[in-house]
Amino acid sequence: MTARTLRGRVAVVGIGETSYYKHGQSPDAEFKLALKAILAACADAGIGAHEIDGFASYSDDRSEATRLASALGLPRLRSATMQWGGGGGGCCAAVANGAAAIATGQADCVVVFRSLAQGQHGRFGQSAAGGTMSGEKSYLVPYGVISPPQRFAMRARRYMEEHGVRQEALRAIALASYLHAQNNPRAVMQGRPLDAARYDASRWIVEPFHLYDCCMENDGAAAIVLVDAERAGEFAHKPVYLLGAASGASSRFATHAHNSPAYASANFTTLAPELYRMAKVSPSDVGVVQSYENFTGGVVMALAEHGFFTPAQANEFLTLENLIAPDGRLPLNTSGGNLAECYMHGFELVLEAVRQVRGTSCNQAPRNDVALVIGGPMVAPASDLLLGSAAAL
Amino acid sequence: MTSSTMNNFYLPEGLPSPAPEPDGVSAPYWAGLRDGRLLVQRCGHCGGWQFGPEWICHQCLTFDPAWVEVKPSGRIYSWERVWHPVHPALKDRGPYLAVLVELPEAGHVRMVGNLLGDPLQDVRVGAQVTGVFEHHTDATPAFSLLHWQCE
Repeated sequence: MTARTLRGRVAVVGIGETSYYKHGQSPDAEFKLALKAILAACADAGIGAHEIDGFASYSDDRSEATRLASALGLPRLRSATMQWGGGGGGCCAAVANGAAAIATGQADCVVVFRSLAQGQHGRFGQSAAGGTMSGEKSYLVPYGVISPPQRFAMRARRYMEEHGVRQEALRAIALASYLHAQNNPRAVMQGRPLDAARYDASRWIVEPFHLYDCCMENDGAAAIVLVDAERAGEFAHKPVYLLGAASGASSRFATHAHNSPAYASANFTTLAPELYRMAKVSPSDVGVVQSYENFTGGVVMALAEHGFFTPAQANEFLTLENLIAPDGRLPLNTSGGNLAECYMHGFELVLEAVRQVRGTSCNQAPRNDVALVIGGPMVAPASDLLLGSAAAL
Repeated sequence: MTSSTMNNFYLPEGLPSPAPEPDGVSAPYWAGLRDGRLLVQRCGHCGGWQFGPEWICHQCLTFDPAWVEVKPSGRIYSWERVWHPVHPALKDRGPYLAVLVELPEAGHVRMVGNLLGDPLQDVRVGAQVTGVFEHHTDATPAFSLLHWQCE
């Protein structure tokens, strides 16, 4: 019996995205954005849309697989998977689910995507204005703990207290994203540089998060094309292989009213070891990281849980110098990420990891055979993904 | 200091009201608050504590954990000072404090509330706090909240 793994079984052969817009500024309908990103990914792969036979997404994407298949006139649809859970915690799991369909013979060509035009729909993570509420929100909202930054700030604060992490560590993550975005023509924040003084002077959203610790809100769509790794050589670009993937949650992480046993955690304590085990790599093999910044405090925890430093080393490791391409110890969020490229609910990070392995990033890392993507931290289920070149197999 | 009831609301009225879910799993908790009593679940079989409420004990998988009254007394586990309001009712409120309080006498379960007093006060993780009930008797449906105050 062959080993149960995704390692080396599936390749990313196409990536594509629409223009990225500020919240509410897309001239196109959300579904049209999805179609444009999917066709761009197919063009990048050099295939026709009719070759697609599966879709995968996450966080209840409104552009449904069946509508996409109909709109694109697909001869048949063989796989349609949706990762449970809200938020961007599923951005890597969606790739894994699509890859699993291919690896198990249920599909041949799966598009994984995210599309959003929040101006046409509700804001991500927003709550109802009035009435009554039950369940998790009933323990939070009446106390004014409503929006995503308000729901996550206390996890980050506890972590900072337990490990002596300083605000400057969070700041370095924000500065790295903004610095990288200045070289990225896709980035919404290109031409809007950020320095330490401006960060420090920015208003608090909720302590310990300044304005620049929080992701943007954007419109757009992004997609990738997955095929069986044995076909990877047929396509124009350098193949990028899945090395490993993991998703889920540590014990009772999603317990209501902030009762996770591992509270000061990004929820990768159980995932990261599984990811590295499947990929057969260690943190020292990883040359570049894309780590979902819903809030910078979550990135601190996520990087530590992926073994790049201990919590006690966070202040020393998380400096701007260490986090920027090409010369930093661990180039981080090299497209500008959720903070400064586009908040495509983390899917833009998957595309950037592909560019890094291809060697085509605007902020190319010199060690690019193994690229890590970390999905939304502090949510459950969370997910992560390792991509690599043929040399990494 | 014993638990007490406050006369003024910490946050302005107009936020959504908490209510038990249709299946009623949290109904004893909310009913307890209305009576000025803090009830949390403690399994009659294994003695394990849990919050939020659930139909089963997560430790021994016995159904219908009992509800027991505990002293609203704990210590601050984490905190946040909110500056950017996201709800119309909070627009002119200014900064406010939310705290996560752990209850060492109830298996270290945690709950979120507001920290009474100066919203700009220094907040210390580990500080001892006492519960203060806030009764919204005129709301529809009526409900009560549990805030915290440093001892």
